[in-house]
Amino acid sequence: MSTSTLTRPSASVSGRTPDAHDFPTRRYDLVKEFVIALVVTGVLSVGLAVAFSSPDEPAISLRDWAVSAPADVVATATSELAGTSPSATYGPPYTSNGDGQTLGPLPLQQWGGVRLRVDSANDLVVTPLSRVTGDTALATALAQWRAASADQRTAWATAYADALAAAPAGDPAQVAPSSDFGPVPLMTASFLTLARSGGLEAVLDAPSFFGTDPTRSLLLLSDGSYLEEQARARSLGGDQWGMMNETGNYPGQPWMWLYTFWYQVEPFASSDNADALVWGLMVVLTLLLVFLPFVPGLRSVPRWVPMHRLIWRAWYRDHPEAVRRR
Amino acid sequence: MLPTGTAPSPAGDYLDWGVIHISVTNLTIILVMLAVFVLAVLLPFPGTRSTPSEEGPAPGRRTDG
Amino acid sequence: MSAPTTGRPAPSPPGRHPTWTARLRGRIAGAVPPGQALPDRQPAYVASWVYVFGVATLAALVVVLLSGGALAIGGEAWWHTSSLGRFVNSLHLWSVEVFMAVMVIHLWGKFWMAAWRGGRVMTWITGVIAFVGSIATAFTGYLSQTNLDAQWISTQAKDGLNAVGVGAWFNVLDTGQMLMWHIVLLPLLVGLLVVVHIVLVRRHGVVPPIDAATPTGEEVDR
Repeated sequence: MSTSTLTRPSASVSGRTPDAHDFPTRRYDLVKEFVIALVVTGVLSVGLAVAFSSPDEPAISLRDWAVSAPADVVATATSELAGTSPSATYGPPYTSNGDGQTLGPLPLQQWGGVRLRVDSANDLVVTPLSRVTGDTALATALAQWRAASADQRTAWATAYADALAAAPAGDPAQVAPSSDFGPVPLMTASFLTLARSGGLEAVLDAPSFFGTDPTRSLLLLSDGSYLEEQARARSLGGDQWGMMNETGNYPGQPWMWLYTFWYQVEPFASSDNADALVWGLMVVLTLLLVFLPFVPGLRSVPRWVPMHRLIWRAWYRDHPEAVRRR
Repeated sequence: MLPTGTAPSPAGDYLDWGVIHISVTNLTIILVMLAVFVLAVLLPFPGTRSTPSEEGPAPGRRTDG
Repeated sequence: MSAPTTGRPAPSPPGRHPTWTARLRGRIAGAVPPGQALPDRQPAYVASWVYVFGVATLAALVVVLLSGGALAIGGEAWWHTSSLGRFVNSLHLWSVEVFMAVMVIHLWGKFWMAAWRGGRVMTWITGVIAFVGSIATAFTGYLSQTNLDAQWISTQAKDGLNAVGVGAWFNVLDTGQMLMWHIVLLPLLVGLLVVVHIVLVRRHGVVPPIDAATPTGEEVDR
């Protein structure tokens, strides 16, 4: 890296800009300015923190979910067993059985690969249930489940899911027993009991002692509708500009306005590939911003819209002779 | 420590205009930012009334220290 | 080869390659013109309140880092159970809001000044990338809250990142991973970009006004 010289003005993309070091100077105390800025931003932050605090709505534990929305827990466990839940049919990175989203012809989701494999029925429901001891009815039900073919399991779970959907408020107690459901009603009722006990997270998430990775608990929770209901009640849904928002009246993320805007309008709002499309669009727009000095038209906007006449009005006023004729 | 079950808190105050759905807080932040920018451009900066004779010479790039 | 008592580094003997140390020294010394690392004079046109938003962004970043450091003292879940922790969390949230606000105002100002002129393209580019990096850092912060907001944000964001294949590597549901990106990797990246950005500003000096001529009076042909 060489220093610039007096004799050769530094080149720029849009014509030659004079060297800043050739201009007359004024006294300017940078360190003092920084200290003042630090005090101001510090005081401002402290003042805002004291006045408004910050939000902290407690996480929904799986026990909370079971207590507040037991029908949703049963329905979700049933959908995991039926293989119809969002996580069961997700595709990469969790499963191999979904196509995933594409960006035009590019199967980006497939390219990521199945690196976080989750078997929804077994990992999220059957294995946790198998840890329960002292429940002979459950043990029998699990044995019946394991002995059945994949098609039989799907038939049982799907039939029970349909019955739950038809029941008032999805209440399992309102569903008449039927052999069409196999062991599914007992398994899902036991699953609800397990969730209520508060021990489900530890069984789901590995390693369970020092667990810092709640991937499976989160997948299970988001397969249900309770989490989304709570979020939408707080205007956090994707089609509610949720990316910008925070719970309550707390400040959100105003800088996300453009990213979330696209989800509110067509063709993104109703597209199955919305995430990939919006991401692709935002990458293009971000690159335009990064390389703005090279973008014809866009880089000339500051010249066309003379905001600079206001910003540097003192300079232009005091140095009328030092302005290049166009 | 943490309550079991979650009582939903209010969603906060929002304004709706066409497709736009924005929280009052976020809108306030954006409007304040715009106002601060406009003020920063318009308000006179200390020392801008100095005449050219009060300005120092060009420093060059060869000052010592 | 012992250094002379004046303290000035001894030049390499003629015919020998400069040492790596000498080369690095040369690069560091040549990064900004002499006297321009911390000058106490600026070009006379640096006289507008618009100019304070760069240093305000830097100052706000310091408050963000300090408040984040204070949160780290108590640990990941401290702020849920301690009123002091909650206050420190509030300080971190609001300092981030202030940081993002002044940074965007700084961006607006630099756009209207076309501040990429005069060889300052890399200053612009590092600035925009630091802006994007700051958003990513804030994102991982939101994921690290271990509360309802984090549960929702992570389960939603996974769809966006999985859709483009990134989620297979960057698991937003893994709180431990996201916290470490938030407190180690991304601050280092953003910090490095900020240092480069500021060195470039000192190197090139503040951009002259649009259409300003060299003060010798000679006009520069386009």
